[in-house]
Amino acid sequence: MTETDKASAAAQPSGASLSYRPPRSQWWDVWDQFKTHKGALIGLTIFVLILAAIVIGPMLWTIEPTYVDLRARNKGFSMAHPFGTDQLGRDILARMMAGGKVSISVGMTAMALSILLGTTIGVLAGYFKHLEGPLMRMTDLFLALPLLPLLLLMVTLFRDPLSKSFGPEGGIFLLIVSAIGATSWMQTARIVRGEVLGLKEREFVLAARSIGTPSRRMITRHILPNVLSPIMVSATLGIASAIITESALSFLGLGFPPDFPTWGRLLFDAVDQMQLYPSRVILPGVAISLTVLSVNYIGDGLRDALDPRIRGR
Amino acid sequence: MFTFTLRRLLIAIPTLLIISLVIFLLLEAAPGDPLGEVPLTVPPEVKAKMREALGLNSAWYVRYLLWLKQFFWVEPVHLWDALFGTSYGEGMQRVISFQSRQPVMQIIAERLPQTLIVVGLAYVVGVLIALPIGIISAYRQYSWFDNIGTFISMIGFSVPTFFTGVVLIIVFAVKLHWFPSVYDTTLQVTDWASFKAQIRQMVMPVTVLALYNAAQISRFMRASMLDNLGQDYVRTARAKGLTEKVVVLIHVLRNSLIPVVTVIALGVPTIFGGAIITEQVFKVNGLGQQLILSIHANDMPMVMTLTFIFAILIVLFNLVADLLYGILDPRIRYD
Repeated sequence: MTETDKASAAAQPSGASLSYRPPRSQWWDVWDQFKTHKGALIGLTIFVLILAAIVIGPMLWTIEPTYVDLRARNKGFSMAHPFGTDQLGRDILARMMAGGKVSISVGMTAMALSILLGTTIGVLAGYFKHLEGPLMRMTDLFLALPLLPLLLLMVTLFRDPLSKSFGPEGGIFLLIVSAIGATSWMQTARIVRGEVLGLKEREFVLAARSIGTPSRRMITRHILPNVLSPIMVSATLGIASAIITESALSFLGLGFPPDFPTWGRLLFDAVDQMQLYPSRVILPGVAISLTVLSVNYIGDGLRDALDPRIRGR
Repeated sequence: MFTFTLRRLLIAIPTLLIISLVIFLLLEAAPGDPLGEVPLTVPPEVKAKMREALGLNSAWYVRYLLWLKQFFWVEPVHLWDALFGTSYGEGMQRVISFQSRQPVMQIIAERLPQTLIVVGLAYVVGVLIALPIGIISAYRQYSWFDNIGTFISMIGFSVPTFFTGVVLIIVFAVKLHWFPSVYDTTLQVTDWASFKAQIRQMVMPVTVLALYNAAQISRFMRASMLDNLGQDYVRTARAKGLTEKVVVLIHVLRNSLIPVVTVIALGVPTIFGGAIITEQVFKVNGLGQQLILSIHANDMPMVMTLTFIFAILIVLFNLVADLLYGILDPRIRYD
């Protein structure tokens, strides 16, 4: 390489980098913006740690959460039982991990259901004019329902028949997930409908329509990718509210059965003995709060990162 | 404005009817038996008589229409009687609780004050905390006050009320013995000492609910203030030499309160939902606790009526929020 080549190569970036940047996907920009939100980054770290503890933890800490050891009841913190044992001598660390698995999977599944419902209804209402009236009236009707009392009702009334047909664990899981999903899709539907109404008037939709794109492909190729960011944000926040709802149901004694721990259920069981063993209340409560807090911070960061008006500033 | 109000009121009627039907059918579809608690030794013919006495033999639509009549006609007539000492309602069948054989409305009237005092006070306190916090964090955006405020309100709506309640009980009732952990509803406020006892037992439930409400409302207040602080009229107000206090507390505050007031109105029904949990934590015998008890006991008339009252509150306050928005903001015209 000659001297002049080197010089030009060195000179090039200063002039050219302004006009040319290697192509990169939009998601790298989103990640760059997300990284600047300190709270979101900490939230993501904590959430990943909690997930890891729940998924990998039981492989390392192999005591069964249901194993009853009557000789080691009500033990404090020790090497054998880092979080102590409960009134039946069950290891609390193992129960916390098992409970977290249920709580978080309820949160994720219920969120997925609610996003699916909300997006479908929102897109249909926004895209097809004749469906808008009935679908949005239905949304308004759902918004006017007293949700917590109805959830309580649904869970109490259908707990026994569903446990009979799907087994005690599967039945309750199905019931709680579908109950939470069916009562939390309305906000997503409203947001998505608003976005779709705006998108429909844009030129690229007109262009796509003028080359004869059928409605089905129009929605999947052009509409859905463009409403992805609000959906992602409300999905994140949906996990948080689903976890809170599930633990509230468990706390009221209307969630999962006692031998099937979730964080809410552990808290509920510990309330009776909180004077003697406050740590048993604090541990699941802190777990719920930390998870929800971190998920909320992730949602906050995502909202900023996915907003192109803020991004790159 | 008048036609809008009228139209919204007319829409509210079918909405409420559909909601009541949904709740009724949900209860109907349930396999729970209100006689499930009756001992097995009771002979079947007696059980059949009991079912008949509870009105369970007729078809569901007959019972639904009967309930509608009782709720919308008989109960208001009884309320009228109770208020003015008349006796138009004599001999009319009221909504009767399966569990206690008392008229449902009587139980609700007994329990309503506890819920209203605790929940209502918590909401007022929450709003009073939230507004100044929202104003200051918007005015000093990204200052340490704003950062701490953001963090605390994030915690406020991430930490579930049943956990904050239990933690407060452990710290202030079990360890420090400052406040009683159980709400004593038999307490009569007669003198200074009982008044102090009443305040002491209300501190913790009110704090829990107020923190939760304040977290959400302060966020709205901050966002709304930020929207307005960047507007042109603020610059104009400063340019003509108004003091900073007048600009912020009169011009900006009044404009940014418009959306916040509607949010506050919309939040009123949800606090009754939140009260269900808080009442359970502190053993306040209010409406929320009654709902849980009735659900466990399969007391269908009670559950139906309570849930429907919650629904009425939601529809009513939605309407109030819309109307307030129209009244407060001259840019919004509904006609």
